Amino acid sequence: MDGSETGIGTGTATSTGGKTREVSTRRLDHVVIRFAGDSGDGMQLAGTQLTNTSAAFGNDVSTLPDFPAEIRAPAGTLAGVSGFQLNFSERLVHTPGDGCDVLVAMNPAALKANIADLTEDGTVIVNTDAFSAKNLEKAGYESNPLEDGSIASHALFKVQIDKLCSEAAKDTGLGNKALLRTRNFFALGLVYWLYDRPMVTTEKWIETKFAKVRAVADANLKALHSGYYYGETTEVFQTRYQVNRAEIPPGRYRKLTGNEAVAMGMVAAARLANKTLFYGTYPITPASDILHELSKQAHFDVKTFQAEDEIAAVASTLGASFAGELAATGTSGPGIALKGEAMGLAVMTELPVVIVNVQRGGPSTGLPTKTEQADLLQAMFGRNGECPMPVLAASTPGDCFDMTIEAFRIATRYMTPVILLSDGYLANGAAPWMLPKLSDLPDLSVQHPQANGREFLPYERNEFGARPWAVPGTRGLEHRIGGLEKAAGSGNVSYDPDNHERMIKLRAAKVAGIANDIPPIEIYGDQDADLLLLGWGSTYGAIISAVDDVRSKGKKVASAHVKYLNPFPKNLGEVVQSFKRVVIPEMNMGQLLPMIRSTYLVDAIGFNKVQGKPFHIKEVVAKIEELLEG
Amino acid sequence: MSVDVAVEQLTAKDFASDQEVRWCPGCGDYAILAQVKKVLPELNIPREKIVFVSGIGCSSRFPYYVESYGFHSIHGRALAIATGVKVARPDLCVWVVTGDGDGLSIGGNHLLHAIRRNLDINVLLFNNRIYGLTKGQYSPTSEIGKKTKSTPSGSIDFPLHPLSVAIGAEATFVARAHDVNIKHLGAVLKRAVAHKGTSFVEIYQNCNIFNDKAFEYTTGKETKADATLVLEHGRPLIFGADRNKGIRLNGLNPEIVTLGDGITEDDLLFHDEKAPEPTLAYMLSRLYHPQFPEPIGVFRAVQRNTYEDMLEEQVAGAKEQKGVGTLEGLFEQGDVWTVD
Repeated sequence: MDGSETGIGTGTATSTGGKTREVSTRRLDHVVIRFAGDSGDGMQLAGTQLTNTSAAFGNDVSTLPDFPAEIRAPAGTLAGVSGFQLNFSERLVHTPGDGCDVLVAMNPAALKANIADLTEDGTVIVNTDAFSAKNLEKAGYESNPLEDGSIASHALFKVQIDKLCSEAAKDTGLGNKALLRTRNFFALGLVYWLYDRPMVTTEKWIETKFAKVRAVADANLKALHSGYYYGETTEVFQTRYQVNRAEIPPGRYRKLTGNEAVAMGMVAAARLANKTLFYGTYPITPASDILHELSKQAHFDVKTFQAEDEIAAVASTLGASFAGELAATGTSGPGIALKGEAMGLAVMTELPVVIVNVQRGGPSTGLPTKTEQADLLQAMFGRNGECPMPVLAASTPGDCFDMTIEAFRIATRYMTPVILLSDGYLANGAAPWMLPKLSDLPDLSVQHPQANGREFLPYERNEFGARPWAVPGTRGLEHRIGGLEKAAGSGNVSYDPDNHERMIKLRAAKVAGIANDIPPIEIYGDQDADLLLLGWGSTYGAIISAVDDVRSKGKKVASAHVKYLNPFPKNLGEVVQSFKRVVIPEMNMGQLLPMIRSTYLVDAIGFNKVQGKPFHIKEVVAKIEELLEG
Repeated sequence: MSVDVAVEQLTAKDFASDQEVRWCPGCGDYAILAQVKKVLPELNIPREKIVFVSGIGCSSRFPYYVESYGFHSIHGRALAIATGVKVARPDLCVWVVTGDGDGLSIGGNHLLHAIRRNLDINVLLFNNRIYGLTKGQYSPTSEIGKKTKSTPSGSIDFPLHPLSVAIGAEATFVARAHDVNIKHLGAVLKRAVAHKGTSFVEIYQNCNIFNDKAFEYTTGKETKADATLVLEHGRPLIFGADRNKGIRLNGLNPEIVTLGDGITEDDLLFHDEKAPEPTLAYMLSRLYHPQFPEPIGVFRAVQRNTYEDMLEEQVAGAKEQKGVGTLEGLFEQGDVWTVD
């Protein structure tokens, strides 16, 4: 990365087996590294291990896995390439980085699929044993890129990883096929040496993971150490790099993906509401990990229900909510399409449920493992009738925790279904997360009505416009709800025209009134700038990094991030009207854009990318600079 | 889960809601509603612990007319909603009222899966072999060749047989009753509630507007005795006005025989609702008019763990193994490090 190199040290001695050689050490402020291989090569694992090690070491980190929709696409093909990118830094980072500084490519397909993202002076480490004529052909190479000079601008390190792995652990008694499965740890060991990382986190992980299969544990440990010593001993590498600890606010931390954060937020919300959690769902990429995480939390009174389909998933959630539990469902766009009718029922019956949409590339099945933000208008309008629902969007993996709790707060206080938008990038991306103080978490306790001698009116409204949440089992409050229009107050079926319009307005006013109960949107950067970048969801990291970059060059720019998409924060109109120009970066064809334009009559312009990939910082920087110059 | 100690003695009247019943005059639903309201007080379950869930269709208006908790939902999804209710609150007595369209067409998937999970719920499928609420199209149980508004030349869909479907989905309790045979219906409903697990009851219900007399063969005075076979556990399969006809097996196929002439009761099939294998129940579910009398009563009643019990056990087990979760403990899961 440009400007990443901040200091150079030389003369570090490294010694093995009595030999000592001079290795220089360079200090970098951050490194972006990408591991790439076949989807069975363990690249996600190698990346995760480096992430954990770097986070525990004290760097700020941000990660992005990139894997194919096929679990095991044919080995060696471009379709089967799985990647994991990690940005570790001595400064706070908000994205996993644009391009990568280092590419570890386990085969020709991995090289071909990723080389374009490598910085010009970047380093590429390849497993030469995988560069057979057959694999080159599978990847579509006509000649060997390691020899034909096509990647000569990069620093190329050729390592016979297969051979070295086979050698390293042959005394474990494992067959060669099993030994080759350790090559991700060899590559990881080499990276650990290169970036001066301690191996202890990974050693412990291997010991625990393979505790029952000693030979496999030994083989992986040997591969890891061999990779490390390969760096230290051979004279291939003349330089090591150091990335110092970042200045991170003191506290207890763990690494958290967006999906883990949603799951944790749900469990926490249930505890804060003093309720049990019901999560009804149907497996779908990229939301399934929420189910996996929640399934581990039965000791928190979490009940997970893997339904027969998306419709049953949301319907069971309504049932659990009717019965008085804190209830949620999670899915991705195609699932939301199927859930639409039941979401309308939740609006009509005014039951609190949280519906999480981990957005992916669409339409239809689209790009299941890739990220996109193209379901915002579906969340806003994708139901029959006048059917308003609060819509929230998380902006970072950690924010998924806060916004999940916020979704439940709104759902239970206003007796309404709430949509929480995440996306594939947030869901699978990880960053360090400071464990929250319990005293900072909101009180979500709920008052259920009891019979008080007066006639019970299931659709009577309180100061928030919410109806009472009377739970079955409560004597004297027996009542019926349903999808037919309700008479105001009594909740009886009503076909009265005036009542229908009145109820539509009451439901709309209830949702609109939430604007009084959410924080105002904040402006980041220069309040007096001409240009405002208005974002929502996972574009947050790229936008504020770009704003920082442009401002560091002495130019003025501001950004604001919409976390509440329905209703909008009360001051949003004032904010967008106070800038000369408003640009809205979105990973879609423009969905917040028409909402802002029509709501505030502001001539905002769109900046759109729909490639299944998040914005690069430099793309946003370029757009800002173009607009500032234009 | 607390069981109320003092359950006041309720009557059918206590289960009448203040809503005007709006089924067509003469609809079979009235008789079913009356029987349900008669049976409910006999269960000694507090009114507030009873929940009726329905989907869409004529039968699905049912919850509005019962003074208990009720949820009139969307087309076909009653079982999925009931699943959420029961999983959340196993102490509630949950009923699902559905029809042949709601339960077997748009909601067919949920019916299969709710049954196989064996939640302790009572499913009443009102089968009138027609779409009533949408004014007279053929349903998944309409006979082949049936002429309706949507099939002027006759239906070319082969019908489903609800009990066969339920048995195929591993139902633990399967029964059939008639809307007009109210005493028998009441007895079947009581058996259904008493069964721990999903009770699936098909109720032949007359739609006097769009499919009148669809079941007359099995309810009419003249034909009833020959067209109906009342199942009794442990008893031979005997029917007919003179109770002189029976069902016996010829190889794998049932056949009708007349008692006498060397054929005795011992030659007949004996009903065994507790048979672990559903073979007999399935065979009985395949006896149709006019070739055979159609059985009513309990086809199958076997015990299997319920979904909600097993889930509660898993939750309890997890708490025992890991201790009751705390928020601090939740956050500390995984690799945690301290930054000073």
